[in-house]
Amino acid sequence: MSVSQESFHAALMNPSAAIPKGLLDAVAQPAGRRFSVYRNNVAVSLTEAMHQAFPVITKLLGAQNMDGLSGIFLRKHPPSSPLMMFYGEEFPEFLAGMEQLSHIGYLPDVAQLELALRRSYHAADSEPAPADALAVPPEDIMRARLGFAPSMRVLRSDWPIYSIWRFNTEDNAPKPDLAAQDVLITRAEYDPVPHLLPEGGAHWIAGLQAGQTIGGAFEDTANHFPEFDLGATLALLLQGGAITSVTIERLAT
Amino acid sequence: MLDDTLRSNRLPLAPGVGYKPQHFAQILEHAQPVAWLEIHAENYMGDGGRPLAQLRHLSEKFPISVHGVGLSIGSEGPLDADHLARLKHLVGWLKPASFSEHLAWSTHDSHFLNDLLPLPYTNASLARICEHIDQVQETVGRQMLLENPSSYLAFEESTWSEPDFLREVARRTGCGLLLDVNNVFVSATNLEFSPQGYIDAYPIEKVGEIHLGGHDEDEDDHGRPLLIDSHGREVVDPVWALLDYVLERSGPKPVLVEWDTDVPEWPVLRAEADRAQAALDRVPA
Repeated sequence: MSVSQESFHAALMNPSAAIPKGLLDAVAQPAGRRFSVYRNNVAVSLTEAMHQAFPVITKLLGAQNMDGLSGIFLRKHPPSSPLMMFYGEEFPEFLAGMEQLSHIGYLPDVAQLELALRRSYHAADSEPAPADALAVPPEDIMRARLGFAPSMRVLRSDWPIYSIWRFNTEDNAPKPDLAAQDVLITRAEYDPVPHLLPEGGAHWIAGLQAGQTIGGAFEDTANHFPEFDLGATLALLLQGGAITSVTIERLAT
Repeated sequence: MLDDTLRSNRLPLAPGVGYKPQHFAQILEHAQPVAWLEIHAENYMGDGGRPLAQLRHLSEKFPISVHGVGLSIGSEGPLDADHLARLKHLVGWLKPASFSEHLAWSTHDSHFLNDLLPLPYTNASLARICEHIDQVQETVGRQMLLENPSSYLAFEESTWSEPDFLREVARRTGCGLLLDVNNVFVSATNLEFSPQGYIDAYPIEKVGEIHLGGHDEDEDDHGRPLLIDSHGREVVDPVWALLDYVLERSGPKPVLVEWDTDVPEWPVLRAEADRAQAALDRVPA
């Protein structure tokens, strides 16, 4: 009796499936519970990976609920590569689709934030632009285009994801108030740090990423967000070492 | 089949430990840390950040062994070309003293299962594994070591014993072997064979590295002992005794202590490495 990896795999992922015939114990009897060791190893190791990947979601839901959710998730979305550092990409969408969790509407966006922090942690290293790269006349600043670090991430949310994240990771952080919050993640050296972006900040950075100048993106952002604070947003990027290049096109004279 | 001239430098004939990031500072501050370190390849396949920075730093001070846990050499299907390319890249820049993988499968239909799953030992699986190892050694450009698994069950269809199977793989591909002594003890207990008999039948001359680790104890449906390879505690005395039995036959070898779950404080791991050193000291060079 030969056992294909197809049938081994199917029985591994379905705890109520019959154990494939042809697997034996030490005295040539059907393997029985011995097969469960593999079932357990797979489920436990992937569940453990989910706990590590989403500590704030785990805290919000409780470890037991997270175990249960992981059990469903890992069968629906098993890892697609051996790089476990990237496991859980589909988790935010999975959470959004869970009807039982629809009363906790912020969960998917908080999961996105945790994913983005992990992506940032493993992103390529980069050198920040020299400190004086923006020490130029204001009209030149407005014509500048910026390059960003691969470790930089921007998230937009209708929920107070920054405050929720802080409340669940820091002692004495203030209780979150209901508000839409956009988050900037920078990684000055090796540790990604989330920052609360001023209103319009995410819009402005997206304009720059699309190739707009600082001034061009500012005009566009100010139209949508009249209160947009360019200086505060730029300061967050500079302090986090997120700007890797500054290109200023000289006007033809 | 790979030519022996492609072997690069070797691991020291001394104890090493599986590297855990929480021990980074102690390893660098320790006046006499271990002789070498082993890393799991897959943890160093990101684009940058702290893991790679630490590895670059450690590789300037220690011989490194790259131990893959995700290539799925025993897969019925083809090897994952992207993953093989990542291994080639890692081994290419790191130039480790050793590179090893497992006699197991972990991926099916592009689903990675994060566990080392067992294989039947048949002529068909032998041919497939040799083909995969040829491909790995040619792509990565160096000899690899192949590790024996921990077994919880046996395949009715197997026609080869595990030691004979490994000997034949090594003969056909030119790969070396990584002898996990704890895995031999776990499999021998679970499948009720003599661990010393396994070692006697095993091609000890092909061993490039030895692994030790802790296991958990459970029972099967009939109340018989079922050991589980967990790497979460100290190596047990019968495994240390089996190491002595191996070293008497193999002579001194690089011996690695693995501790992957419930990772202890550095001194505890270091004490395990000292015990491995004591075993090596008892062996005439």
